[in-house]
Amino acid sequence: MARLNPTNIERAREVIARYPQPRSAMIPLLHLAQEQDGHITDDAKAHIAELVGVMPAEVHGVSTFYEMFKHEDVGRYLVGVCTNLSCMLLGADELLAHAEDKLGVKVGGTTPDGSFTLEQMQCLAACGGAPCIQVNYRYFENVTPERFDGVIAALSAGTDPEGQAVPPHGTLSRVSLPHPSTDADRERPQEIHS
Amino acid sequence: MTDTSAEQKTTVSMTVDGRAVEAVPGEMIIAAAERAGTYIPRFCYHPRMRSVGMCRMCLVEVVGPRGPQLQPACYVPVAEGQEVITDSPAVKKAQDGVLELLLINHPLDCPVCDRGGECPLQDQTLTFGPGETRFVEEKRHWEKPIPLSSLVLLDRERCIQCDRCTRFADEIAGDPLIDFVGRGDHTEINTFPDQPFASYFSGNVVQLCPVGALTAEPYRFKARPWDLEQVESTCTSCSVGCRVAVQSSGNRITRRLGIDADPVNQGWLCDKGRFDYEAVNGDDRLRAPLSRSGDTLGETTWGEALGKAADALAGARDRHGPASIAVLGGARLTNEDAYAWSKLARVVLGTDNVDCQLADGLPAEVVLGLPHATIDEACEADTVVLLTADVKEELPVLYLRLRGAAVAGATNLVELSATTTGLTRYATTSVRYRPGEAAEAARQLVAGGAVTGDKVVCVLGRPSLAEQPDSVIEAAGVLLDAVPGIRFLSGLRRANVHGALDMGLAPGLLPGRVAAADDGGWFAGAWGTLPETEGLGAAGILEAAAAGRIQALVLLGADPLADVPDRDLAQRALAGAGFVLALDGHLTASSRQADVVLPVVLHHEKPGTATNLEGRVTRLGQKITPPGSSRPDWMVAVELASRLGGDLGLETLDQITDEIATLAPAYEGITRAALAAAHDGLLAGRDDASAHEAPPTMSSAEHPEVHAAAALGETDIVASEPIAVRETPEPAAAKPPTLRHRPAGRTATPPATDSYSLRLVSSRALYDEGTLVQHSPSLAHLGRGAAVRVNPAELERLGVTDGAQVRVSSSRASLTLLVAVDEGVPRGVAALDYNQAGPGAADLIDIATAVTDVRVETV
Ligand code: SF4
Ligand code: SF4
Ligand code: FES
Ligand code: FES
Repeated sequence: MARLNPTNIERAREVIARYPQPRSAMIPLLHLAQEQDGHITDDAKAHIAELVGVMPAEVHGVSTFYEMFKHEDVGRYLVGVCTNLSCMLLGADELLAHAEDKLGVKVGGTTPDGSFTLEQMQCLAACGGAPCIQVNYRYFENVTPERFDGVIAALSAGTDPEGQAVPPHGTLSRVSLPHPSTDADRERPQEIHS
Repeated sequence: MTDTSAEQKTTVSMTVDGRAVEAVPGEMIIAAAERAGTYIPRFCYHPRMRSVGMCRMCLVEVVGPRGPQLQPACYVPVAEGQEVITDSPAVKKAQDGVLELLLINHPLDCPVCDRGGECPLQDQTLTFGPGETRFVEEKRHWEKPIPLSSLVLLDRERCIQCDRCTRFADEIAGDPLIDFVGRGDHTEINTFPDQPFASYFSGNVVQLCPVGALTAEPYRFKARPWDLEQVESTCTSCSVGCRVAVQSSGNRITRRLGIDADPVNQGWLCDKGRFDYEAVNGDDRLRAPLSRSGDTLGETTWGEALGKAADALAGARDRHGPASIAVLGGARLTNEDAYAWSKLARVVLGTDNVDCQLADGLPAEVVLGLPHATIDEACEADTVVLLTADVKEELPVLYLRLRGAAVAGATNLVELSATTTGLTRYATTSVRYRPGEAAEAARQLVAGGAVTGDKVVCVLGRPSLAEQPDSVIEAAGVLLDAVPGIRFLSGLRRANVHGALDMGLAPGLLPGRVAAADDGGWFAGAWGTLPETEGLGAAGILEAAAAGRIQALVLLGADPLADVPDRDLAQRALAGAGFVLALDGHLTASSRQADVVLPVVLHHEKPGTATNLEGRVTRLGQKITPPGSSRPDWMVAVELASRLGGDLGLETLDQITDEIATLAPAYEGITRAALAAAHDGLLAGRDDASAHEAPPTMSSAEHPEVHAAAALGETDIVASEPIAVRETPEPAAAKPPTLRHRPAGRTATPPATDSYSLRLVSSRALYDEGTLVQHSPSLAHLGRGAAVRVNPAELERLGVTDGAQVRVSSSRASLTLLVAVDEGVPRGVAALDYNQAGPGAADLIDIATAVTDVRVETV
C-alpha cells in the first residue's frame, strides 16, 4: 500500500540527518510509517530502505523483530494483558478471559468496529502493580475486571480512562527539533499528540 | 636485557587443555586451538566471516580471575597466558545443553534431507551431544521448503539460526537480500516479500549452511553424500580459476563445491561456476563425429571424419599454401590441448594464422607482455585501477575479492569505465569516459592524483566490445609511464584464454610467452620448423575467410556467430571459408555450418592443466568418462598430424605437460611433480619474491561435504619420484626471453557523435546465451534479455517511456529492442548487454570502426 507521504518524507529526512549513519534512523522511520498507515506496509518498508540506503530485506528483518511494529491493521486501541508470572499469580488468566468475553474477540483479534485489538503480553516490568494491562502502551495497574470494563467504557465514549490520555494507536510522541546553535542545551522532549 | 622483546613478539603464548600453544595476536581461541589440533565444535563460526557468537556450540572454559568461566571460543580472542579448557565436565555439559536446545525444534528428517550424511548437526550431535532429549512438546512447524530464488530453497524447520547465510549475503556477497525475520521461536530466514535472493553468489549459502535448511535446486534429491566420488579441479567457466571439488554419482556430475584456495577463491564460487556442470551432463552433447553432405550434418565414424578433415587441410596447405589455413578459438582447451594445437598449426599445417580470442579481447602482447599482478597483489595494492568490463558480471569471484578488499579498507578502487558497474559503489574514484577516449581519461586520472601509493595494480581487460581496444591499450601505456612499479592483472574473461595464449595460440607467439621474433632457434630447433611469416589475428582471419582466402578454417570450441563482436563479418567468414572443421562438445550456431564436427571432451572429463588470469597454473581433475566417442582436443591434433604425414612427438598427456615445462620458458619448473605438490597451483613466469605461495587454508572441518584429501578419487595425486621425460627434443639454441611490451603511440580520438546518435557500450552479463549457460537448464532462463539502457535524460529527449520498443540503428543493422532507463549510463551513451537472446550488439558492431554509434528512435 503506502509509501511515506510528502510530509513524512520531509520528517524522515530530518530524522536521518540526526544520525552519523543513515541506517540508524530505520526504527524511528518505521514508527513514522506505522503512524501514517496504522501498521507497516511492504511499500513503506521498501521506501524506508531507499531512504536509508539498505535493502528492503534488512528493513523487513528489523521491523519484524520488534513486536511494537504491526504488519497488519490493528484497532484504534491495542489492549495488552500481561500474563507473566507476577500477573498470572494475581489473576491475569482470569482477567484475560474476562477481556475476551468483554470485547467478544480472542487474543489477536480486533473488534468488528475496529476499536480494540486484544493482545497477550510478556512481563511489562510493572510486576509491583500486577495484574497489569497496557492500552496503546499506557499502563493501567492492579486491574480488576470492573476496572477493565471502566477503561473500555471510557475509551468507547471518547473520554480519557481514569484521567489518562490515550492517543490512537500509532500516534508518535515527537521531540521538537533543537535549534542548530543550541544543540548542546537541547530542549526537554515534549509530547505532542496529533 | 630489557624488553624490546615484548613489542617484537608476534605470537601469543597460551595453553589449550594444558598444552602450550603459540597463537596469532587477534585470532579467536577456536582458530588457535584448531591449528594446534584441538577441534572445538561450532555451527556459526566460519573462518572467512565475522564472528557472531550466535550458536554457543563452541563454549569452552577460559580461566579468569574468578576461575574457569564458560566463553564462546569463536568470540574470545587469544591472550598472553590464557588458559583454555575444552574437555572439562562443565564444557561437556554446555555442549549437551546447546545441542539439546538446537534439536528442540529440529525436525530430524535426516532420511529425506540432502545434508544427511555430511551434516555438521548430525556429526556434532553424535560426537558431542547428549544422546537424548527431555523435550516432549510439539516442535514448531513451517511450510516445507520455500524458494528463496530459482536456485536455492529454504526449509525453515531445519534452520538453526546460525547467521552464516545472512552474513555471507551481507558481508561477502554484498547482496543483503535475506535476513532474520521475526523473533524468538518465530524467527525465520527469509527474503523481502516477492524479492527473491537473486544474487550471483547464492549457491554459496547452500554450501555454508551447517544443516540441511538451504538446498540447491539442481542438486536436491539427486544423490546421497556417501554415493559421491570426488576430484579436485579448477572451474573454467571464467578465467578466475576458482578451485572446486567436482562430485559425481553414476558417471554424472552431481555437484560442484568451492574449495578454499587462499590466493584465489577463498572457498567461494559464483552460481554460474557452481551450477553450469549441467551442460556437461546434458543429453544434447555431441556423441559422434558429424559430416556434411549437402545441407545436412550426419553422424559418421572418427575414421571418416578425420580423413575428410585431413584431406581438406592437406589440400589447402598443398594447393593454396599454409596461409590459407586458420585456427580460431582455444580458450575452452586445457593447456595441453592448446599446446598440441599450437604445435600442429606451426609444425604440420605450417600456419601462424591462429588466435584463441575472437576479436573480443586484447592483443596477446598486451596481455602477456605487461608486468603481471596476482589477485592477492591487487587486494593488497594501495590503488587498484579498474580498466575493464564490469568485474561482477564477467569475473564474479574476482569481484568478491576486490569488493572485500575495498570494504576492509585494504585498497582504494579507482574505476575508469563507460557506465556504472557492480564495483562503482565501492570505488573511491569513479570516472566515466566516452568509448574511444579511455586514454584521455587515464591521463586526467593520473594528473588529478587519484592513483596513489607505491603498490598499484591495474585490472586491464576489454571494457566494451563496441569499441576497438586501441584507446584502452594506450591508457595502459599512460599508466605504465606515469606509475612506477605498476602491475597489471588481466581482465580477459574467457575460460582458459590465458593458458591458450601462454601456449602460443595467437599470431607471432610461441608457447611460454615467447614472441616468435625472439625465438632465436629454440622452438625452431625443438619443433623442427616454424612458419616464416607472422600470421593473422582473429579479425584478419575472418576478413580473409570472407574474401575467400581461407581454404580451411578450424574452430576450436569457437562460435564466431555468437562471440565475434561483428556477426555480419562472422557470417561472411563462415560462408567464405572453403572448409570448416569444428571441435566442440555441443552444436553451436557456427558448428551447424561446419563441414565436419568432431565431438570433444569437456571439463571434468579430462585431466590436464589450466592457467588463470593471474598466470596461476593448476591441475584439472577428470571425474567422469565422456559421452559417446568424444576425444580430447590434443588427441585430435595428434591424429590429424599423423594423417597429414607429420609427427608431433606427443603420445600421452603427461608427455605434453612435460614438454611444456621443458620448452616453454614461462613454464619452467611447472612440472607434474611440482604441480602435484602445490595445493594452490604455481604462478607461470613469476620468479620475483612477492609472488609467494600461501599455505593451504582449506579446513575440511568447515566443509565436511568437501571430502578429506585422502578420499579424493584421484590416483596420481602425489607424483614425487622424478618423471622420465620421454623423447623431449633437445633444442640447440638458448631459451628465448619471455615477452615484454610497452604500449606506445597515440590513438586518434574518435569524432564526436552527431546530435542524434549515442555511442554504444556492450559487455557481457553473467548469464548470457553462452553455450554452458544455455545448456544448463537451471541457468538458461536467468539472462536479463537484450534491452538498450540509456540515461533518463535521453529517454525524455526521445519522448519514449521506460520499457517501450525502440529502433536501434547502426551502420550495420537496424534492430527493434526494448529500452530501459538507467541512471548509471551517462548521456550520449547507450548500453546493451552482449550476447543476450535474439538480435543484439553483435549485429550492430562493425569491428573495422573504432567505435559504434547508434541512433535510437521511436518505432
Ligand atoms: S539457513 Fe542455514 S545458514 Fe542460514 S541461518 Fe539457518 S542454519 Fe544458518
Ligand atoms: S568466478 Fe569464474 S572461475 Fe570462479 S566459480 Fe565463477 S565462473 Fe568459475
Ligand atoms: S509479570 Fe506482568 S508486569 Fe511483570
Ligand atoms: S561457533 Fe561460537 S557461538 Fe557459534
